[in-house]
Amino acid sequence: MQGIQIDLISAEKMHGLTSMEKIHLILDQVREGNIVILEKGLSPDEQSALIEMTMHEILPDGFNGIEIESYPSQEESPGFLRKLLGRTSFESRLTVIGPANQLRMIRKEKDFLSAWVSTR
Amino acid sequence: MDILVQTRNRISKFLKAFFRKKRARIGIYGPPNAGKTTLANRIARDWTGESVGPVSEIPHETRRASRKTDITITGSNGSNITIDIVDTPGVTTKIDYKDFLEYGVTREDAVIRAREATEGVAEAMHWLREDIDGVIYMLDATEDPFLQVNIMMIGIIESRKLPVLIVANKIDLPDAAPQRIRAAFPQHPVIPVSCLEGRNVEDLYEKMLESFG
Repeated sequence: MQGIQIDLISAEKMHGLTSMEKIHLILDQVREGNIVILEKGLSPDEQSALIEMTMHEILPDGFNGIEIESYPSQEESPGFLRKLLGRTSFESRLTVIGPANQLRMIRKEKDFLSAWVSTR
Repeated sequence: MDILVQTRNRISKFLKAFFRKKRARIGIYGPPNAGKTTLANRIARDWTGESVGPVSEIPHETRRASRKTDITITGSNGSNITIDIVDTPGVTTKIDYKDFLEYGVTREDAVIRAREATEGVAEAMHWLREDIDGVIYMLDATEDPFLQVNIMMIGIIESRKLPVLIVANKIDLPDAAPQRIRAAFPQHPVIPVSCLEGRNVEDLYEKMLESFG
């Protein structure tokens, strides 16, 4: 039976990993042709490193990159300390990552994602 | 006496070097084929008479970040800034050499082009984390601005607290819709321009003085 493996990774699981561990976990799965769904997405720095690492992994007639989609991030309500320090942060949200040659986003809205996944 | 003069000169030189304002490095980022090199060339030609790099309809024509240094831009009120412009390869999360074959490139050249493009994107991301003081984020006003790569890149730039100007390029084309870009990124200034025709670039220079000066 042909099919696609989908890995749903909880926020708790990701919270216990370093940035590089998160990126390796994602890329290892996606290079195998799996779809990864993160309950909470990556930080901007992790996203930047994910793009950079993805580029290093691309090979002719092999892995050709990732498709990544998430809901738009929302600004977290600032607590007292954040207000005092003038800091704002953005909450990353559910994120879907898959091989670029298998995952296609069909529709994206602020609260709705629709994706098409093909077998290899 | 000579020793005193020499010491004074050395201290003066040291203080000047220490307090001299660092020349800002402004990175031109955006997806492939948004017109980043066309803008870099226009800025460089307008203010130095030289160009930065070749342009082409083939995506990823720019595969290495290239820098043009010591560009002094003068505003309408006489104020000026001196910057380095860094033209970067189009940022993407996927590169397939087969996409280049559509443009009549041989397989061998397409593979080389794809490999250079991947290295260029990785390098551009590295520059953004280490060596950039401000960003011009370039978008094609005829394309959908809500692409994930644009949202991610703007988020990355914001998280680094870098000043950013969003340029809605290609307003000379009939289906350009810079208002869609304004709606996508209302938190940042959006300047509609045609880099090809030079339309509205004066406005961009004024905004660069405000944001990067």
